Amino acid sequence: MAKFFADAPFRLYLGVVLVIVFIIFGAILPWFAPGDPLVWYTAPRNQNPSAAHWLGTTSLGQDVFWLLTYALRNSLILGLIVAGFSTVIGVFLGLAAGYAGGWLDRVLSFFMDALLCIPTLPILILMAALFGGQLALPIVGLALVLFNWPYPARQVRAVALTMREREFVNVAWFSGESSVRILVRHIFPYIAGWSAANFINTVLVGISTESALAVIGLSSAQQATLGTMIYWAINYQALLGGKYIWIGSPVVAIVLLFIGLFLVSSGVSMRSSARRMSI
Amino acid sequence: MNLLRYIAGRLVVYILVVIFALTVLFFVPRLGPTDPVEAMLAKVASQGAYMDAAQVDALRQSLADTFGLDGSLWDQYGAFIKRIVLTADFGPSLSMYPTPVMELIRNALPWTFGLLLTSTLIAWVLGNFVGLLSGWKPNSTSSRVMEGIAICLYPIPYYILALLLSILFSYIWKIFPLTTTIRGAPWSWELITSVVWNSFLPAMSIVIVVFGWWVISVKAQTTALKEEEFVRYARLKGLGDARILSRYVLPNAILPQITFLALQIGLMFNGSLITEILFDYPGLGLLIYTAVLQGDFNLLMGTISLSVIAVATATMIIDLIYPLLDPRIRHR
Repeated sequence: MAKFFADAPFRLYLGVVLVIVFIIFGAILPWFAPGDPLVWYTAPRNQNPSAAHWLGTTSLGQDVFWLLTYALRNSLILGLIVAGFSTVIGVFLGLAAGYAGGWLDRVLSFFMDALLCIPTLPILILMAALFGGQLALPIVGLALVLFNWPYPARQVRAVALTMREREFVNVAWFSGESSVRILVRHIFPYIAGWSAANFINTVLVGISTESALAVIGLSSAQQATLGTMIYWAINYQALLGGKYIWIGSPVVAIVLLFIGLFLVSSGVSMRSSARRMSI
Repeated sequence: MNLLRYIAGRLVVYILVVIFALTVLFFVPRLGPTDPVEAMLAKVASQGAYMDAAQVDALRQSLADTFGLDGSLWDQYGAFIKRIVLTADFGPSLSMYPTPVMELIRNALPWTFGLLLTSTLIAWVLGNFVGLLSGWKPNSTSSRVMEGIAICLYPIPYYILALLLSILFSYIWKIFPLTTTIRGAPWSWELITSVVWNSFLPAMSIVIVVFGWWVISVKAQTTALKEEEFVRYARLKGLGDARILSRYVLPNAILPQITFLALQIGLMFNGSLITEILFDYPGLGLLIYTAVLQGDFNLLMGTISLSVIAVATATMIIDLIYPLLDPRIRHR
C-alpha cells in the first residue's frame, strides 16, 4: 500500500481523503444517531443550525445532520453493491468474450453495444410508473447492474483481444499453463487497475442515477438516500421558505462525494497506466 | 467499398439494437408484480375523477389495447413492434384526451434537441479552446487552475448543478426565472429573447459539466500530442504556435472525443430529462414526468420508446460519421 501511494498523483491523495471522510460519515456516524432520523416530528420543526441540531431541522421535524448520515449510508451501500456486481459480471463476461472469440464473442458484444445505447433513466421511470409509483432500492440496484456491466465488459474484452496475441501469453500457453491460470496470472494484472477505476466510477453512476430517480419522487421515498432528501426538501418548498441548509446539505454532499470519487478513479487509472508504461 | 460495408454493418446493428430496446420496453410492463392496467385505473380513480362502471370497462379495454394485451404473447409482441416501427402510433393521450401522443411529442422534441444541441456545441467550442491552451502549457498556473476547475465540475450530475444554479440565481439572487414561461408571438423578437432567457440556466447546467469533461480530455490529448514528431517538425519549420495548435494538434485531439461522445449521449439525455423537470422546461423530460404523474400510459410508452430510439439513433449517426471525419480510418 505504501508503495502504491509513493508516486501516486496528488489528485489521488485528495480524492482518497474526501472519500474516506464520506465513508466515516456514512458508515460509522449512523450508529451514533440519537434515534431514527427518518421519523417525523422527533425534533422541533424548521430550526436553524444550533448546538443541538448541527445542520438545523426539516419542516417534518427531522434532524438534518443525522438524516444526512443515514442518506449517505444508504446511497453508498447502493453504489457499492451496484458497482461490485457490475464490475465482477463485466470483467468476467468481457474476458470470456475476448478470450473465447467466435459466436460467444459476437453475442456478448451485441448485448454490450445494445445495452450501452439504451438510456437507463427512461427505463427506470417506466418501471417506477408501472410498479405502483415508486421503485424499491433493490430493484433500482438490479436494473442498474443490468445496464452498467457493459462498460467494464467492453474495455476488458478489448484488452483481452490484444492479450491473446502477446508473446508472453503464448509462452505461458505452450509451457502448459491452464487457461484459467493464464487469465488470472497474466491477463488480469493488465486490467486490474482499469477495473478498479471503473468500479469507483460505477459507484458514482449508481448513486447518481438513483438520486436522479429519487429527486423526481420515483425512488423509494420512505428510505433516506441523498436523492430522496432532495425530493422531500423540494416537496416541502424548502427553497421558497429559504431553508437552504435542508436542501443544500444533500446537494453539497453529492458534489463533494462525486468530486472525491472522480479524483480517486482518475488518479487510479493515471497511476496504473503510468505503471504499465514503465514496465 | 469498405466504407459501404461498414455503413451496412452499422445499420444492421442499429436495427437489431432498436428491436432489442423495444423488446425490453415490451417486457418491462409484463415483468412487474402488479397488473399495469389495474394500476393505471387505480391511479386515474385516485385523481378524483368519478367514472361509472361502463366508463371503467371502456377505459380498461382501451388500456388493454394500448398495452397490446390481446392475443398470445407472441401476437402481442409482433403487434407492438409493428405499431411502433411502421406507424409510430401511440394512440391518444389519456390525460390530454384526445390529442395524439405523437403531436405532444412533436411539440416537445425541438425543445429537448435545441437545449442539448446548443449546450453541447457551446461546451464543445469553449472546452476545446481552453483544453488546447492549457494542454499546450500544461505546467503554467492558469492551466493548472483551469484543470482544477474542470475536475471539480465534471463529476457533478446535471440535475445537481441545475439545482445549485437555480438556488443561486433564482432564489438567492433573483436574476433568472424559476420556471419556464415563454411569451411572444411566433418568430417575434420577444419570443426569441424569452426562449433564450428561460433556457439560460437549464443550458448552463449542461454546458458547465460537458465543458469540464472537454477541458480534461483535450488537455490530456494535447499534452501527449505536443511531444509527437510531426508537431516538432512543424515547429522546426518555423510555424507559429497558433497555426500548430489549430492545424496540427487540434484535429488529432478532437477525434478520440467523438467516440466518447457516442458513449455519453445516453447519460447526457438522462441528465437533461431531470434538468427539464426541475426547470419546468417544456421538453421531452417534462412530458415524461407529466405522463408519470397523470398515469397517462400512452404518453409514457410513447415518450420513452421515442427517447430510447432517439438515443440509439444519435449513437449510430456519430458512429457513422466518425470514419468520414478521420481520414486514417477512411483510407483503411
